[in-house]
Amino acid sequence: MPSSNQLTATDARSSQAPGIIKWVRANLFSNWFNSILTITLIPAVAYILFIVFRWVFISADWSAVTSQPLLFGVGQFPRDQIWRVGISLLSIMFLIGVSWGKWGGLLRSIGIFATLLFFGFAILPFQHEDLSIPIFTIASTVMTIRFFLGLISLFIIIGNFIGRLEAVSKRLIIIGWFVTPIITVILLSGFDNSELLPSITTTLWGGLLVTFLLAFGGIILSFPIGVALALGRRSKLPVVSAFSTIFIEMVRGVPLVTILFMFSFIINLVLPPSAIPERIVRALMAMTLFSAAYTAENIRGGLQAVPPGQMEAAKAVGMSGFQTMFFIVLPQALRAILPAIVGQFISLFKDTTLVVIVGINDFLGIGRSIINSTPEFLQLQLEVYVFIAIIYMIFSFLMSLASRKLEDALGVGER
Amino acid sequence: MTKTNDEPIIICRDVHKWFDDFQALKGIDMEVNIREVIVIFGPSGSGKSTFIRTLNRLEEHQQGQIIVDGIELSHDVRNIEKVRQETGMVFQQFNLFPHLKVIQNITLAPIWVKKLPKEKAEVKAMELLERVGIPEQAEKYPGQLSGGQQQRVAIARALAMEPKIMLFDEPTSALDPEMIKEVLDVMVGLAESGMTMIVVTHEMGFARAVANRMFFFDEGLVVESGTPADIFERPKEDRTKLFLSQILQH
Repeated sequence: MPSSNQLTATDARSSQAPGIIKWVRANLFSNWFNSILTITLIPAVAYILFIVFRWVFISADWSAVTSQPLLFGVGQFPRDQIWRVGISLLSIMFLIGVSWGKWGGLLRSIGIFATLLFFGFAILPFQHEDLSIPIFTIASTVMTIRFFLGLISLFIIIGNFIGRLEAVSKRLIIIGWFVTPIITVILLSGFDNSELLPSITTTLWGGLLVTFLLAFGGIILSFPIGVALALGRRSKLPVVSAFSTIFIEMVRGVPLVTILFMFSFIINLVLPPSAIPERIVRALMAMTLFSAAYTAENIRGGLQAVPPGQMEAAKAVGMSGFQTMFFIVLPQALRAILPAIVGQFISLFKDTTLVVIVGINDFLGIGRSIINSTPEFLQLQLEVYVFIAIIYMIFSFLMSLASRKLEDALGVGER
Repeated sequence: MTKTNDEPIIICRDVHKWFDDFQALKGIDMEVNIREVIVIFGPSGSGKSTFIRTLNRLEEHQQGQIIVDGIELSHDVRNIEKVRQETGMVFQQFNLFPHLKVIQNITLAPIWVKKLPKEKAEVKAMELLERVGIPEQAEKYPGQLSGGQQQRVAIARALAMEPKIMLFDEPTSALDPEMIKEVLDVMVGLAESGMTMIVVTHEMGFARAVANRMFFFDEGLVVESGTPADIFERPKEDRTKLFLSQILQH
């Protein structure tokens, strides 16, 4: 192989023109048609860019976005309890930092991105609400939101260094990832009659907090249900297979909006008032079941793509049906459908915006209520929606980037 | 050639198998003794692959009796899993697990089925890779190996469960010609070490060298069986003569 490697290397060197002029000639002016395209498109693109930049930096009025950043973040979450959101955010970001230090790769990209994001929010000209967050018992010490956002980026970097330590085992970090979301939910919702953690009704939750809760909650919960449904549909037991098939087809036959309505209103007719979960929980249940049905169908496709020889080989070495499924079939099936699953999770993330219609103020809902809050802001709809769109785009892009990196990582040695 | 005991480890009586309307096996009788090497050959569609796959119940027989090491194959799942732990199988298409490294391919079943500690399983796996001649490939993925290397890993994977019987279903048919020998060499070594082997193959050189008995299958029946000397020098049936002349011509 070394000889052929050398050959391709020299080929690449001779065909790869050094310098920007040769690149331009090869890519933009390779023939007369491309030359005409280039010449007509350059001014058009330049003009559009000019308009966009002029709007963003000169004519647009971002005051509707910059005046209440915390509202976009957490909605009406009680400001005197905001430290609970802060601690949750801080611990999750710290975990990201530790994982970055331990595994690198995709987590490195996420870690760097999160660090820059929080640092950016710390220095961008937002007019942060003037709240003083007491740092635990040292009542005299207070910190501003700006300072706190900077602290988060610092924590990610500190986490990165801690993650590099031998003493911090992978198992510990994974346990952390299982425990932290649970603690977060407890921390945010609190307990009835508690002095330290008074319960906070979810009707006050809003903004990105709710969007992330619904999206990641839906993704994390729907995945195992989807796997179970996919396996159930292929089951040899007629009852299990019939139940799975009927569930999947019913959910897929109904629009998400309808399912959200059903969970918001019909549940009130079925359950006694004391047993009705809070509005956000109902929405989360609806999103989870909706996503599970689609996940199940994706996974079923992946299961069918695994060659039967794989199952035979696993059985031939004496593995049980469960072991064959868990070690041999599912890993290969999931790898095959990773792009489809991530695509579906991205659309679930964006579909969380539909909860506005059942009265939940998610990120988009907060934007709308900000627009409607004062007459001046009614003029600034475009700015608000552009800001919201960019935020959704950033996170969707991150998810698809994660998918591609994961595909590369899992593709090692694939045939 | 190794000496065989006269104690049968596999007993098949009147084994029948249908695929819907098509009858693949029409009453196979066979007894295999411990340390014996059996070669099964015959034209495609003769039922030889189907037969070897009934021995660890990758295919279910519908009539007759199969007893492997004293365990009768029936619908009893525990019996099936027991028999599968006593028999190793090597496939025509290797069927390595592409998402696992070579070493993981070999240690997976010992760790999870036999509950062997991971370190022990890995030591054992390296010994087996040594035995099939590719210890340096342990950390690679199957897709990075040549066909011959993959098939040798597949043999090591089967041996890792310390089976009493090895089943080979056309192990060299999917290989490029220059790789057939490296796989056959491993199989010859295995035969010489006293492993009970049933091999579906058309490699007549291999059969001549190590087989104790040969079975010629055609249309779901054993047409003729005997020692390699019987089959090659004095075949009785016309179909055997015709088939041998076709595959030995070149």
